[in-house]
Amino acid sequence: MKADLQFAFLTDMQTNTLTIRRAFAARQRTVWDCYTRSELLNQWFAPKPLTTRTRSIDFRAGGHWHYAMIDPGGQEYWGRFDYLSVQPIDGYAAMDGFCDAEGTLNPDLPRSRWDVSFATRGTGTMVQTIVRYTSAADLQKVIDMGMKAGMTSTLERLDELLLTLNQDP
Amino acid sequence: MENYSDLQNAVFKVLADPTRRAVVESLTHGPATVSDLARPFPLTLPTFMKHIDALEQAKLISTRKSGRVRTCTLNHAALAAAERWFERQRAVWAGRFDNLDGLLDQLESTKNES
Repeated sequence: MKADLQFAFLTDMQTNTLTIRRAFAARQRTVWDCYTRSELLNQWFAPKPLTTRTRSIDFRAGGHWHYAMIDPGGQEYWGRFDYLSVQPIDGYAAMDGFCDAEGTLNPDLPRSRWDVSFATRGTGTMVQTIVRYTSAADLQKVIDMGMKAGMTSTLERLDELLLTLNQDP
Repeated sequence: MENYSDLQNAVFKVLADPTRRAVVESLTHGPATVSDLARPFPLTLPTFMKHIDALEQAKLISTRKSGRVRTCTLNHAALAAAERWFERQRAVWAGRFDNLDGLLDQLESTKNES
């Protein structure tokens, strides 16, 4: 079933942009809810073996989602999305950022802008996410931080896990 | 681990420059001489050589001099190291979407039953 669902992951080094497209076998309203309601976001946003916990959410332009991704050892990685614009159920734009447990943004770390759009395709839904960093230097900083924060080992375990999952029939 | 991190660091900084990205791109087709590589760019040879030196220091390319001709070869392993960050990002998104598939399946079947 997984193989039928379209997944495109494109990187553009010229514009420091990631473009991610994915089709889902569900109605646009249901997919929209999963992206915008914390009780649903908590169930999918962090890839296994990490889990997601919402501290607070206010899904409207000017509001934000404050959440943690938690690894199996209990280590918390806090983040927040500040919503810039919301067009139910077609799309939203937000600034991603690293913060602490109180929601205070780390001013030393770059933020990326997310433009997420939803469109009905047949009986399913296509979601496009564009993640844009301001400069190559910003992207570099995030990469360096990922290395230092010990995310490397977590994500390498994740790589292994995904490999085993993909081998399942 | 330290070396790996340093290498990736250097690779990304070096690739932030459009001239150097273009040189790497043309070397993906095979080795080439410095003068062939320099031809498309409106740069003096000393300026162009600075880009070649930066690429060599980042171990993205190696160069070999034979007489007056310097030939550059792409180091595919170094480029692969730079791409690993993007690969990890891809793994994060793929894992996230697997979760979402499962959740959507639950939500839609609940709705259809009611």
